[in-house]
Amino acid sequence: MISHAKNAKGFLRDQEKTTWHDATLWNARTNRDRGSQKVAEWEQLRELASQIKNNVLSQLDDYLLQFEKNAVKNGAEVYWAKDADDHNRIIGEILKKHRVNSLVKSKSILTEECHLNQYLEKQGYEVVDTDLGERIVQFAKQPPSHIVTPAIHLKKEEIGKLFHEHIGTDEGASDPQYLTEAARKHLREKFLGSEAALTGVNFAIAETGGFVVCTNEGNADMGVNIAPIQIASMGIEKIIPKAEHLGVFLRLLARSATGQSITNYTSHFHQPKPNGKLFIVMVDNGRSDLLGKADFKNSLKCIRCGACMNTCPVYKRSGGYSYGYTIPGPIGSVLAPARDLEKYANLPFASSLCGACTNVCPVKIDLHDQLYKWRQEAAKKGYISTSKKWSMQMAGWVFSHPKLYRFLGSSARLMLRISPRFMIYNSLNAWGKSRELPKAPKESFRDWYLKNKN
Amino acid sequence: MNSKEIILNKIRSNKAGKSPLPDIPDFRNASTDLIQAFENSLKVNHAVLYKVRNSGEINDFISKNYSTDKLICSLVAGIMGNFDIDQVNEPGDLKNIELAVLQGEVGVSENAAIWLSEKSMKLRALPFIIQHLILIVNESDIVENMHLAYQKIEIDADGYGVFIAGPSKTADIEQNLVIGAHGARSLTVFVIK
Repeated sequence: MISHAKNAKGFLRDQEKTTWHDATLWNARTNRDRGSQKVAEWEQLRELASQIKNNVLSQLDDYLLQFEKNAVKNGAEVYWAKDADDHNRIIGEILKKHRVNSLVKSKSILTEECHLNQYLEKQGYEVVDTDLGERIVQFAKQPPSHIVTPAIHLKKEEIGKLFHEHIGTDEGASDPQYLTEAARKHLREKFLGSEAALTGVNFAIAETGGFVVCTNEGNADMGVNIAPIQIASMGIEKIIPKAEHLGVFLRLLARSATGQSITNYTSHFHQPKPNGKLFIVMVDNGRSDLLGKADFKNSLKCIRCGACMNTCPVYKRSGGYSYGYTIPGPIGSVLAPARDLEKYANLPFASSLCGACTNVCPVKIDLHDQLYKWRQEAAKKGYISTSKKWSMQMAGWVFSHPKLYRFLGSSARLMLRISPRFMIYNSLNAWGKSRELPKAPKESFRDWYLKNKN
Repeated sequence: MNSKEIILNKIRSNKAGKSPLPDIPDFRNASTDLIQAFENSLKVNHAVLYKVRNSGEINDFISKNYSTDKLICSLVAGIMGNFDIDQVNEPGDLKNIELAVLQGEVGVSENAAIWLSEKSMKLRALPFIIQHLILIVNESDIVENMHLAYQKIEIDADGYGVFIAGPSKTADIEQNLVIGAHGARSLTVFVIK
């Protein structure tokens, strides 16, 4: 079982970096607020997006078939993959059939979920991630730590060192402008020599059989518009019914992610390029199972904007790797248990249930409610630690005995006031780690109320 | 059973009752100054807008700012260029082009997105592989928001189409904004009255 708190320890060791991480993501949240507040109909758009996705989930089979039919009519080849192995095998076969040795990729969290890179590399293919952040973590041999900004956990000096080792930038150089220019030159060579290119899919339109990919760097287009073979990997939940629905989602996506009004490039692919080929792989990998879980199926509405991470007090201070799952943060903590409750039972507890995630979600996923419900599922199955189980039972017992509760309350207030520091701030009290406890008041709220109610 | 049948069967047994599709309003606001809003959005996205009356003014701008020693690919009638895209077949042949001039079909004032169809670029790689990009938009083709834009365009008229809203950019290194990641390093937009 993954322990979020244990994993976070390593991240928290470098306090300067964690403070920076916290502030930087909060900045993204602030930008999101500014961006969304400029749109008078913002709340209405969220509601529309949520309703469109409700409709999609209620007719997913029809829309997938409609999409397939239209995509084939447009000249694409469409594949269905029931799981990650299926997905990887299909892509491996496409590359093999076309005698391709290298693949350039733009950001696709789905291929991270399926571990496609590792699969292809094992077979001897060269796989080049071309989103700058993804290239950085690929050099570092790490997965992304955030779904929108994959290298957010690395400082520019660390990136400079990686670039020095891999693409020969000057030793010690860490200027972002200089490093980005070096990556531009390095990746241009890769783009120009590429035989096949893969992207994820932000939205697939059932009515037209095409799909939309959003980037700021233009790397998706540089890849697939140059390479003769184009492959798109899409989760089956990425379907939307009509082109007009793009207006709703595109107005929400970038504003929720970074506060910008739209990504610089919003590309619509319908047919293979002249003399080229287009393959679309539709992947289930647990999604159709999740559809059957009434309390949790709403998480399939996610458009992967990352807003819930940027606002989450736990994510911001613990980093993406603490979650041990491809998608971190609140949305990851509800998607992961759906995949493997035993392994990820701890993730729903990595939350203060403050509800900030639910408030910013552009498609209105009830994230904090789902986190709370997953906790109950985990407890029912016995996937919680003995100390948590014991302390919860204890607390339940105390709360059901008012007199005992009042006695323990007054003793605790007294003890907190009179105990020497070492009795309170020690290894037994997790609440006293790197923070000061609030001053204990002399009287409880109940005492105060009884005195003042008249 | 193959994967397709497995997936469809699971969806059919797991999906809940039908949920209706909502109607999408166009959220039009008659009081918006479209050109002003478009210009502001471009500025935020690190692009520049010029209002002109004719293509002569655009040619003047190009000859003042770009050396004719470098390759200029214009696909707009009346705008100067020295690179004939009809002579090349491979996207890689475009790699030395300094500047491309293309016609945008629709401009969106809320976010500066400009729609380019595959027809208007001939080779899909063109707007990305070059160093600098000029887009021309007719004033009458500017709409307020994305809903109105999708009413105007047909996304599957060609095999490919793209909204471009600024120069290529990234903030993947410590969230520092850098312009010119993989695609065009600058975007200049001319609105013709």
